[in-house]
Amino acid sequence: MCARTIVDKIWEKHAVIEEKGKPNLLYIDLHLVHEVTSPQAFEGLRLKGRKVRRPDLTFATMDHNVPTVNRFSITDEIAKKQIDTLVENCKEFGIKLADLNSPEQGIVHVIGPELGLTQPGKTIVCGDSHTSTHGAFGALAFGIGTSEVEHVLATQTLWQVRPKTMKVNVEGKLGAGVTAKDVILAIIGKFGVNFGTGYVIEYTGEVIRNMSMEERMTICNMSIEAGAKAGLISPDDKTFEYLRGRKYVPEGEDFERAVEEWRSLATDEGADYDRVVEIDGSEIAPQVTWGTNPSMCVPVTERVPSPDDFNTDTEKRAAAQALDYMGLEPHTPMEEIEIQHVFIGSCTNSRLSDLKAAAKIVQGRKVAPGVRAMVVPGSQKVKEQAEQEGLDQIFIDAGFEWRDSGCSMCLGMNPDTVPEGERCASTSNRNFEGRQGKGARTHLVSPPMAAAAAIYGKFVDIRLLEKEPVG
Amino acid sequence: MEPIPVHKGKVAGLNRVNVDTDQIIPKQFLKRVERTGFGQFLFYDWRFKDDGSVNEEFELNRPENQGASILVAGDNFGCGSSREHAPWALQDYGFKVIVASSFADIFYNNCLKNGILPVPLPEKDIQYLLKESARADYECTIDLQEQRIRDDKGFEQSFEIDSYWKEMLINGWDEIDVTLKYADKITDFERNHTA
Ligand code: SF4
Repeated sequence: MCARTIVDKIWEKHAVIEEKGKPNLLYIDLHLVHEVTSPQAFEGLRLKGRKVRRPDLTFATMDHNVPTVNRFSITDEIAKKQIDTLVENCKEFGIKLADLNSPEQGIVHVIGPELGLTQPGKTIVCGDSHTSTHGAFGALAFGIGTSEVEHVLATQTLWQVRPKTMKVNVEGKLGAGVTAKDVILAIIGKFGVNFGTGYVIEYTGEVIRNMSMEERMTICNMSIEAGAKAGLISPDDKTFEYLRGRKYVPEGEDFERAVEEWRSLATDEGADYDRVVEIDGSEIAPQVTWGTNPSMCVPVTERVPSPDDFNTDTEKRAAAQALDYMGLEPHTPMEEIEIQHVFIGSCTNSRLSDLKAAAKIVQGRKVAPGVRAMVVPGSQKVKEQAEQEGLDQIFIDAGFEWRDSGCSMCLGMNPDTVPEGERCASTSNRNFEGRQGKGARTHLVSPPMAAAAAIYGKFVDIRLLEKEPVG
Repeated sequence: MEPIPVHKGKVAGLNRVNVDTDQIIPKQFLKRVERTGFGQFLFYDWRFKDDGSVNEEFELNRPENQGASILVAGDNFGCGSSREHAPWALQDYGFKVIVASSFADIFYNNCLKNGILPVPLPEKDIQYLLKESARADYECTIDLQEQRIRDDKGFEQSFEIDSYWKEMLINGWDEIDVTLKYADKITDFERNHTA
């Protein structure tokens, strides 16, 4: 048989109906549900008297709207209504729900892997664009809209056009202080916010192989910021070891059998992709965004660009608009930009390893005067583990706020927002206009870079910091 | 879903690229549990000033763009989140057709599923339409059957759409009904399938 990519293998295993030149009917193995994009879908089912076909393949949590302090007293009436609506819908349709009382609650893309719901070879969907996160396990995972949520609830399938495949190969070795976040920002910075449109990206190469599962999730998470339908990584021993013993993963002999099957999913030697791009990992420096989409980023050691640096009129105009919104002058050194807020959290960077990396920088230091800094663990489990390891105390001693899990300031649909005109160093994935609050200015960075920004009140090159003794 | 075989309507231009879903419908308006009533919040932060008054400078607020049902915009329209509230808001505001040089994937699909027709056109046609749309009475006709867009000044261009979606839109079918016709196939599939 000819060499196939992991995408080919998963697709062919899930096509219920495959007619040439038409969308295929694709079977969905796992459907994750949250409070914001599901109410209208359940309402649609009710109106037509339809049932959920496979409640056992559906799992719900609440994350976008939940407060991260005093989580049981939701003051926003409409947010409360969405949360209550999810509780009622899950009860009515028989769907498992990790609600605010559950130790399993957290950001949907953090708890899927944590509980072992996310597994290699599965097709996974969720009414959320960052579903691509789950691709880190060699699953085909993508975000869908509410109509599609309804369609999956009713039929456990989706009509899908087979996507093109792209290989993003990252070779070399990362320098000290350079994280997965910097790698994905650098990729999007180089190729743009829509180079992935129409493709599923498979990340390969030495840099990716050397990454932990958490780092791989950060990479896959932001595939959507490159416009890709999904991002994934062929599973390997690290994937299997991560999954071993997790709640929804098979045990004993069944696990060994599953591993054997999972191993066979990896892209075959010599398989063809529709497009291949190469990046040299050793050239990547810690990144900071200066504009209003993730491709507008530069190494921390560089300066804010000028609209004149761009080639086309459209790009020049977009850069000028972004600088205006961000309140930045061209040629300002990134290291001179002062920030008032720091947010460490979101489905991109809120796992235990992210918090550890940030805590390492924070330990023994203090948050700069005038800076409000918060850490929002991705899930209640992450929170608990971090507390067992004493990370919470390191952050609190330094002057950070330590919160309950949720999406929080990643999108400011809850009480956590950045005030108009103020600047935030954020470990999240989107620096769009208004994302963290109306008029809020977001700079995307890695967890250690965010931690360092909290300490110094401005961006600093953590590569210098790591060499310096703590003082 | 309403069938849309042919649509004629007024054209409004939005000369911007990478218009993201946070702009189309800011997240503070996503908390409703209904599908309707989102039009009043469309492009909220652009349409209204901080004090709640109308921002006269924003393209859609200009007199010549009132009552438009066709929106023309630049590259990568609808990027960002998967929120279907974006097409709901566009539709509720009165748009039936969105023309752009390219669309973000999820947004494109969300449009089709809600009976909004997304029309991808080459950049030079977008520039032409953006220019023409400055006239208050400028209209275009979109013929989905023929896959063509034209005005009465001689502009005519064909566009791509998947035949599956074309059929759905022309007939105004409900996609779930269509799929449920294959319920037996899905059951057969499930019998042999291990995730
Ligand atoms: S953390 Fe942010 S990006 Fe992730 S699911 Fe929540 S809102 Fe979306």
